[in-house]
Amino acid sequence: MSDTILEVRDLVIDIPVAAGMLHPVQSISFEVKRGETLCIVGESGCGKSLTSLAIMDLLPKAAIRTASALKLDGEDLQTIGERRMSDIRGNKMSMIFQEPMTSLNPAYTIGNQLTEALRRHKKVSAAEARDRAIYLLEKVGITAAASRLTQYPHQLSGGLRQRVMIAMALMCGPEMIIADEPTTALDVTIQAQILHLLADLQDEFNMGMILITHDLGVVSRVANRVAVMYAGQVVETGTAKQVFENPTHPYTQGLLECIPIPGKTKRGSHLGSIPGIVPSLVGEIPGCHFADRCVHAFDACRSDRVELRDGFEPGHVYRCLQTPDQSAANLKKGAA
Amino acid sequence: MLKFLLKRLGIALLVAITVSTITFSLIYLSGDPAVALAGEAATTEEIEVVRTAYGYDRPIIVQYFDWLGRALTGDLGRSHYLKSDISEVIFSRLPNTLILAGCAIVFALSLAIPLGVAAAVRPNSLIDRIALTVAVIGQALPSFWFALILVFVLGIQYRLLPITGTASWMNFIMPSVALGYYVTPGVMRLTRAGMLEVLSSDYIRTAKAKGMRPMAVLFKHALRNAIIPVVSLAAVQFGFMLGGSIVIETIFAINGLGFLAWETIQRADLPMMQAIVLVFSIFYIIITFLADLLNAFLDPRIRVA
Amino acid sequence: MAQLRRRVLGHYGILIGGSVLLAIILMAIFAPLLTPYDPIMDQNLADKLKPPFWHDSPKYDPDHVLGTDMQGRDYLTRLLWGARISLLIGFSAMLISGVIGTALGVAAGYFGGKVDMVVTFIVTTRLSMPVVLVALAVVSLIGSSLWIVIWVLGLLIWDRFAVVMRSTTLQVRNLDYVAAAQACGCSTFHIILKEIMPNVVNHLIVVATLEMAHAILLEAALSFLGLGVQPPTPSWGLMISEAKGMMFFDAWLIGIPGAALFALILSINLLGDGVRDVTAPEGRN
Repeated sequence: MSDTILEVRDLVIDIPVAAGMLHPVQSISFEVKRGETLCIVGESGCGKSLTSLAIMDLLPKAAIRTASALKLDGEDLQTIGERRMSDIRGNKMSMIFQEPMTSLNPAYTIGNQLTEALRRHKKVSAAEARDRAIYLLEKVGITAAASRLTQYPHQLSGGLRQRVMIAMALMCGPEMIIADEPTTALDVTIQAQILHLLADLQDEFNMGMILITHDLGVVSRVANRVAVMYAGQVVETGTAKQVFENPTHPYTQGLLECIPIPGKTKRGSHLGSIPGIVPSLVGEIPGCHFADRCVHAFDACRSDRVELRDGFEPGHVYRCLQTPDQSAANLKKGAA
Repeated sequence: MLKFLLKRLGIALLVAITVSTITFSLIYLSGDPAVALAGEAATTEEIEVVRTAYGYDRPIIVQYFDWLGRALTGDLGRSHYLKSDISEVIFSRLPNTLILAGCAIVFALSLAIPLGVAAAVRPNSLIDRIALTVAVIGQALPSFWFALILVFVLGIQYRLLPITGTASWMNFIMPSVALGYYVTPGVMRLTRAGMLEVLSSDYIRTAKAKGMRPMAVLFKHALRNAIIPVVSLAAVQFGFMLGGSIVIETIFAINGLGFLAWETIQRADLPMMQAIVLVFSIFYIIITFLADLLNAFLDPRIRVA
Repeated sequence: MAQLRRRVLGHYGILIGGSVLLAIILMAIFAPLLTPYDPIMDQNLADKLKPPFWHDSPKYDPDHVLGTDMQGRDYLTRLLWGARISLLIGFSAMLISGVIGTALGVAAGYFGGKVDMVVTFIVTTRLSMPVVLVALAVVSLIGSSLWIVIWVLGLLIWDRFAVVMRSTTLQVRNLDYVAAAQACGCSTFHIILKEIMPNVVNHLIVVATLEMAHAILLEAALSFLGLGVQPPTPSWGLMISEAKGMMFFDAWLIGIPGAALFALILSINLLGDGVRDVTAPEGRN
């Protein structure tokens, strides 16, 4: 059993639109190992949600997905066909979505929706499915689990519904979980609880997890590895320590500067911001996607194709024309 | 839920009473019901005889409550023409109409719902255009004309089906189609619109993410939610069918309540007319109440508030 | 405005429906000029039951392109004059029911509360009584004529107007510009006329077209049953009813007026659907 549960290489998503061809995801690559959490960070529209849908093969019909490798535990997801893929979904690989308020079917009980997830994939009796549902509801911190089974989604709060979603994703004991902004729609206080919960569950079941978020605070708490996305590309990847302590791509540096850190950020000093807006992803963009907003950009940035390059440490890569030394120097300058 | 049902029941009762009042007053539209009943050639004495016999000489309020009271016990009076109890006549002819309306609605739903689902699953495809064409044609086709065409083509030209009477189940095929197709477009469009909306909802995405098979997603998850407004519509349409049965039963000589209504109107049999309008209306009220019940049952948000 | 015009002209339903309807209206208006016959008076039993031109029969008489009915009257003429009847009844009944239903619906939607409850109750009561049956009963009791049919229908089919106008008024009522008008002390009547009506007018048009078609169908059914327009006035429903007995031999007598009814209703429906599509594009996919 290999360590790597999910391998994604050169994933590309194209969507034909009225104005031409949209390229929301342009050749991104990453790996997730068992027991490891990869956080994909980026702002709205950078392609992170589409990436997760692409892995699950839940993209809208018009979208075109290609990759040089898309493997779950060695199995090639691109060639397996829809039947096998639906066998995998909810079973070996599960997904948790962002909007708990609308992600559950209002016409069926919680119990029905939970047990359905299990009985679709495994031959178990109704009683066994029910037991597992209660077990998982308790695991996700829902009290009086048995009575919840007969309740309907509209009778539960948002936080509770999200916990139910998590339990539902775990019903078949998946080896890989994708959580797309699972706490964005919830109160800050509940956010912390849900994140802890996810981290604990991941440990316990040794699952690989992709956590998609735009909140760097969340990332710092749970990530083993981080992939920063911008305008459809991965611009920096590394361990959480590497990316937080040595952000090498100007976008990552900018993001981290935007966060006020108690103790470090001086009162009265400017909070960083990144001027400009995300470029349109229709048609081809020459050069670096971030060039228009980058303070360090030079001519080559706008014309040359920018590939990923190694940073100071192994495993830490970033997409920029500057050398690691130049980046580090920029960082020191900015922090002052 | 109980409160919801009681409220609905209360409204239904109130409507029933109002309807009965209106129905009762109908016979006064012609002026003097005794004159209408006695016929054009009647003498003054004959009219007075009729008046006393039917109690039209009493104050209207008295007449109304007497009529209502007796109606509640099932006594709808006597028919002047048929010389028998109105209730007996009505309830002996009712089954045919119910069978006809039932078959019609079954036909309509069996055509409309699958078409609506198929059209929603593949919008703008061939099946969608076919469904829309069926809807557009169905809404424009006069039912009595359609019935006559069916009779002509299937009954006369090709002799495939019997064209009058109620001898066997085959007799009900053409009438059911002629009565039911008018309801098909509305139900089909509502199903299609509902499914389109539901299919793009988050919980359908969740169902797919759980690995549910396409059929389960479509029917267990999507249709179950989309069908809720269709139930209400179907009930309303069933009520329309009771009215539409007049024309269809007359064409196909089906001995039901609709045919009876037409005969009654020809004969100006006023007490019978009152009774028929009342029975049709009460039926409709009952059906809509049942539809409300079914609606509440289907939507847990109403049921378990 | 220009965008609306472009959408209207590009919509097949509106184009086809609108042009067919326009053609029928023109034919109805100019009916006396289009054929030399009178639909009622020009009857000649010797000429009866001549077939139409597509029948390829020796009995065909080129003086009567669509043949003659069982009383020797020119069928084309009756068809054209029948269009007048259908259009007149449809339009008038639609107007009457439109006024009643809109008044009820807008009042219910705007004032809410008790007014809404009362109107909803009235609508529910009306819905509980089958239109055809009540219309038949009423007509049988007070006699039938063109105007009685129009008024009976108009007084019965206002329910959809009420329901739709109520729900659209409810939607519009809570929008900001209504609150603004109320805040500046405008009279209720003024608000309804100036703020609410312009925004519900497109729904009103859609319902109006559909109810006009509905009224035409109902009149045809009533006339078919013998309790609508009375002979010898040429109503398409009546023509079909008269032809029923001849169905075995001369099916065209049923086919032609029925096809005419179908074409008229279809065009009106297409037009109504088209108006709905064009004025509320978010509703469609």
